[in-house]
Amino acid sequence: MPETRSKDAIKQYAIRLGDDALVLGHRLSEWCSNGPFLEEDLALTNVALDFIGRARMFYSYAAELAADGSTEDTYAYTRDCRDFRNLLINELPRGDFAFSMARQYLVDVYNLAYMEALRRSTDSSLAAIAEKAVKESRYHLRRSRDWMLRLGDGTVESHGRLQRAVDELWGYTPELFAVDALEQELADAGIAVDAASLRPAWEQSVTATLAEATLQRPAGGWEVSGGRRGIHTESLGHMLSELQFMQRAYPGLQW
Amino acid sequence: MSDHMKLFEVFIRSRRGLDHKHVGSLHAEDAQQALEYARDVYTRRSEGVSIWVVNSSDIVASQEGDCESFYDPLDDKPYRHATHYQLPEEVNNM
Repeated sequence: MPETRSKDAIKQYAIRLGDDALVLGHRLSEWCSNGPFLEEDLALTNVALDFIGRARMFYSYAAELAADGSTEDTYAYTRDCRDFRNLLINELPRGDFAFSMARQYLVDVYNLAYMEALRRSTDSSLAAIAEKAVKESRYHLRRSRDWMLRLGDGTVESHGRLQRAVDELWGYTPELFAVDALEQELADAGIAVDAASLRPAWEQSVTATLAEATLQRPAGGWEVSGGRRGIHTESLGHMLSELQFMQRAYPGLQW
Repeated sequence: MSDHMKLFEVFIRSRRGLDHKHVGSLHAEDAQQALEYARDVYTRRSEGVSIWVVNSSDIVASQEGDCESFYDPLDDKPYRHATHYQLPEEVNNM
């Protein structure tokens, strides 16, 4: 790859990963003060902060590569829906607690494997961000897996809610493993993660946890994708209107 | 929900070589979960290297009303206090 091309491709890739982290972090932050009890409220917001911190690192790196005066805030606050490149599963409304935990679990299994692979990136900045993220994701997964077992193997009510959540989320999971031309090019160069290669291990972990949680593995048969191309669900716009309100109403505001 | 959950006392050791100190309590379903919540509630600013959680109901505590019989009799045994020794300068933290 010529250097300018590769720089731009890495920038786009970093923005994608930043978007994943920011959008999921924001969804988690919506639990702040709404958690089922105080301890869980704090734990959830801790996880939210991990993701927002991760977004900052990816965005800052993208801004550094762009070298056009952009900052992390430019990417977070001044882009519209179609410019966001996050995976759709991250933007779905938080739903009930079971839904948030089911989403978190499915994404945590993925994120942990993803960041472990990204640690081996030939791009040292991406590898360094991944190094930090792996430790966080390990903890996130421990928590969300624990909740899968508790809720799935809990009461009739919690089991029913969790099963419903997994069913609703299932069609959003194939997108996690899709690799487009940009990512293929970067993966071939040893920079990006080949997401498709993570699928067998993910399937295996998730299937085992679902069984342990006495949940049915959804049959599948439907899937939604588009996030990496900027085609989103109706939920992202509403989320951004809240996330970006201040910078939209008072551009450049600082405090 | 927290009404049904058990109460745990949390002890944190801030540095290697120091004692675990009681920092507070929290609700959790079981000890493992209590340990994770302790991490989130009490070590957010990297306060610790080790956490203990203990079922609050397992703690047997002396009562304030027992002061008279528990502690007062010790007051007239000054020879138990090391106050009459001259400490060498090198001995700190006594």
